[in-house]
Amino acid sequence: MQLKPYVRSLAVAFSLALVAGCSSIGGTQDGSMSGSGTAGVAGTSGTSGVGTGQVNGSGTGNGSGLNGGSGQMADSRIPATRTIYFAFDSDTIRPEFQSVLNAHASFLRNNTNASVVLQGHTDERGTREYNLALGERRAGAVEEFLSVQGVSPSQVDVVSYGEERPAARGSNEQAYAQNRRVVFAY
Amino acid sequence: MRALLTSWLAALVLLCAPMAQAELTIDITRGNEQATPIAVVPFAEDGVSMSTDIARIVSEDLRRSGYFAPLARQDMFARPASSDDVTYGDWQALDTRYLVVGRVSQEDGNLRIRYELMDVAGESRMLGETVTTGPDQPRAAAHHVSDQVFEAITDIRGAFSTRIAYVTSEGIGDNTQYRLMVADADGHNSHQALTSNEPIMSPAWSPDGNKLAYVSFEGGRPGIYVQEVSSGRRVKLTSFEGLNSAPSWSPDGRRLAIALSRDGQPEIYTIDIASQELTRITRNPSIETEPSWAPDGRSLIYTSDRSGGPQIYRQALNGGSPERLTYTGDYNARARFAPDGEAIFLIHKGNNGYQVARQDLDNGRLVELSDARQAESPSVAPNGTMVIFATQEGSRGVLGVVSADGRASFRLPATQGDVREPAWSPFLN
Repeated sequence: MQLKPYVRSLAVAFSLALVAGCSSIGGTQDGSMSGSGTAGVAGTSGTSGVGTGQVNGSGTGNGSGLNGGSGQMADSRIPATRTIYFAFDSDTIRPEFQSVLNAHASFLRNNTNASVVLQGHTDERGTREYNLALGERRAGAVEEFLSVQGVSPSQVDVVSYGEERPAARGSNEQAYAQNRRVVFAY
Repeated sequence: MRALLTSWLAALVLLCAPMAQAELTIDITRGNEQATPIAVVPFAEDGVSMSTDIARIVSEDLRRSGYFAPLARQDMFARPASSDDVTYGDWQALDTRYLVVGRVSQEDGNLRIRYELMDVAGESRMLGETVTTGPDQPRAAAHHVSDQVFEAITDIRGAFSTRIAYVTSEGIGDNTQYRLMVADADGHNSHQALTSNEPIMSPAWSPDGNKLAYVSFEGGRPGIYVQEVSSGRRVKLTSFEGLNSAPSWSPDGRRLAIALSRDGQPEIYTIDIASQELTRITRNPSIETEPSWAPDGRSLIYTSDRSGGPQIYRQALNGGSPERLTYTGDYNARARFAPDGEAIFLIHKGNNGYQVARQDLDNGRLVELSDARQAESPSVAPNGTMVIFATQEGSRGVLGVVSADGRASFRLPATQGDVREPAWSPFLN
């Protein structure tokens, strides 16, 4: 009980390196209300942001190794996109991220030794402890989605960070949109 | 096992390293026009050369309270050091209501501070006292003088000798460094109580002022810890699945009200610190968090979104139905009781964004107090006169203070890093 979280924290650190890697996301103005065009932009940039992180983040491979998961087989690779974004005050999974979740669900079903921590995050608006609860609700929505897709609950864990670990600083909608997210930390 | 865990945790804590670079300095943002004029004359120095300006500290304490408007030094015609030297007419001409004079001398290596308070209009001496203090404690002595002067004039106990705890963060992503800091109420003498590269949240003072409860994510999961401020020794009280958050002490210091999501949605529990026995208080398919214990110990208030958005509810601890307290606007959260239990201070979102507000419990009227950006985490001084809170200046977090009537406010900007989640200590003496 004392050691396992520590190992997990390494995985957290790796995944945060990924998040930190996605420094600039362009053109998300009011990401708040679901809006199709805006959401599309966020989705695209989210993907490319994480992709960028992966280039300098070969450490992610180690991350999965630590959790005793995935062998070396090509089809057992952890899906590249590990962050999905949410609208303001919402825990609804946007349609454009369903394929991302499906990929993770498939990976976890095929690699039953792998486990993931779903890290829930919010933007900075509102009170910290209430935001902690909202971040958990977001991660919980992803957990529920994975469960419906047949992923074993024992492979999935939820930790909410609320507004405590922003991916982007700044009090503007662009930063808020990057911060309202759930990160898959393997 | 328990003792082993305790000592292991204590070893992890960095013990009170002085942090000069994290000092806070004061900016008055809104003065109170009805503040009472007072003059605090520079204290005479008899055979000592003070590097600390005691009269300046007293004057700033009184100014920050919002109750007083201290006279600028260049406007003082005379600089008396005792009541015998005072010509009341000098001060009446300046419309000064009260006058503080004093002198500092040395005695057996200690500082001896003699001060007096005069009622200028009544031409009478209200207070006189001699304080002896260690040579390294002049600030503490100055805050004591402020406490005595404040109480003699207002009949309200001064809260200048109290402390604040707060959290700082520097950096972004996995390079973020979080610190739990403890400082004097004016921001000076800051010390680090804990540092971590995982978030630290929700510091809360025990009623005796000796311990802090807080949430730390060290190891990648949230846990609630209780730490002795003087020694840094601590215990990990909870680390359940899900949220372990928002500790609030019972008035007798034996229990904490906390929010846990071990049974699904976040709910309010109380935990007995000695026995670790949990009692579940709320039962709802919604978010319940941010509990605060009523001063009489008989009820809790907390935030719940059972109506849609967050609102404040009150639950008696002997059972019964919860009572919704807030109805103004669609966002009211993280409430804290006034020390007399007759009002609550909370974060209210209105036309002006997230602000500190006060709601009187007898009539339910809500009044916005702050005029700040993204106000968060209000914490009330133990005498109920001031509320410290977190806000933003530029792109970083700073601490603000507003008087309980909203008439005076000031900032305590940090020289570096993001500062948030202030917690005002109880009276410490």
